[in-house]
Amino acid sequence: MTTNETTLVDAPPMVPDFGDDAADRKICFICSKGTLDMAYPALIMANGALGEGIETHIFFTFWGLDMVTKKTMGNLKFTILGNPATHMPQTLGGIPGMTGMATKMMKKQIAGLDVPEIPEFMELLSDMGAHMWACQMSIDMMDLKKEDLFDGVEDIINVSEFMELSESAQVIFV
Amino acid sequence: MATTTIDGHEVQVDDDGFMTVYAEWNEGLGRELATLIGIDDLTDQHWEAINFLRSDFSEQGETPTLRRVNKIGGIPTKQLFGLFPKKPAKKMAYVAGLPKPHGCV
Repeated sequence: MTTNETTLVDAPPMVPDFGDDAADRKICFICSKGTLDMAYPALIMANGALGEGIETHIFFTFWGLDMVTKKTMGNLKFTILGNPATHMPQTLGGIPGMTGMATKMMKKQIAGLDVPEIPEFMELLSDMGAHMWACQMSIDMMDLKKEDLFDGVEDIINVSEFMELSESAQVIFV
Repeated sequence: MATTTIDGHEVQVDDDGFMTVYAEWNEGLGRELATLIGIDDLTDQHWEAINFLRSDFSEQGETPTLRRVNKIGGIPTKQLFGLFPKKPAKKMAYVAGLPKPHGCV
């Protein structure tokens, strides 16, 4: 029987499968970079995962800590240096002011897609129930404290604690 | 395009079961759709979200994302997760008789 024929009054209604009975899925993103173009992919995927009801953790390590450090999170940059995918001559990247200009352009494009800036995005993810963690070693290395971090960061944890919480999760390193 | 019968009404649906014709929906159907996905009691807060989705869709031609329901509709995201557990964007769209939202954020 094709779906076109499922119009019998007695037939049960067709209801989407929202996966409510499916086994709980868990996903962990490791954010290790502090540039705009490396921050967004993880955040957008995390947003998608949370919207699908997936338990989502984000572990910020090394330069990724800039994404959740109050002082830097609103000021991430994008540079064409070392990024041939911009299709711009690399020598241009060294000109003073070029990183600022490239950052401004990327922010404009992102805003045009109605995607929030990093601090607002972090608030959104936090409201959606994302679990955020900061890496102990990176915190020590950069001489930061818990109060220097965005309030949505639950705790500062070490690698073995991260291994425990990411057990049975899909892990994505960015 | 497939059709299905909800509470005695024949409605057009996509392959997943989301209603596809805006005008075929009414509040009674909305209540029935909610029951079908395990939301037995639609409160005023549920209706606030559903009504925003319906009106925004009629203006914009697409189902609003969670962020839009928060930013433009003024409904806190946490509240949406409470009202339509786990997958609020899709569940709200389903109950409101609209297609799944396509925006990523």
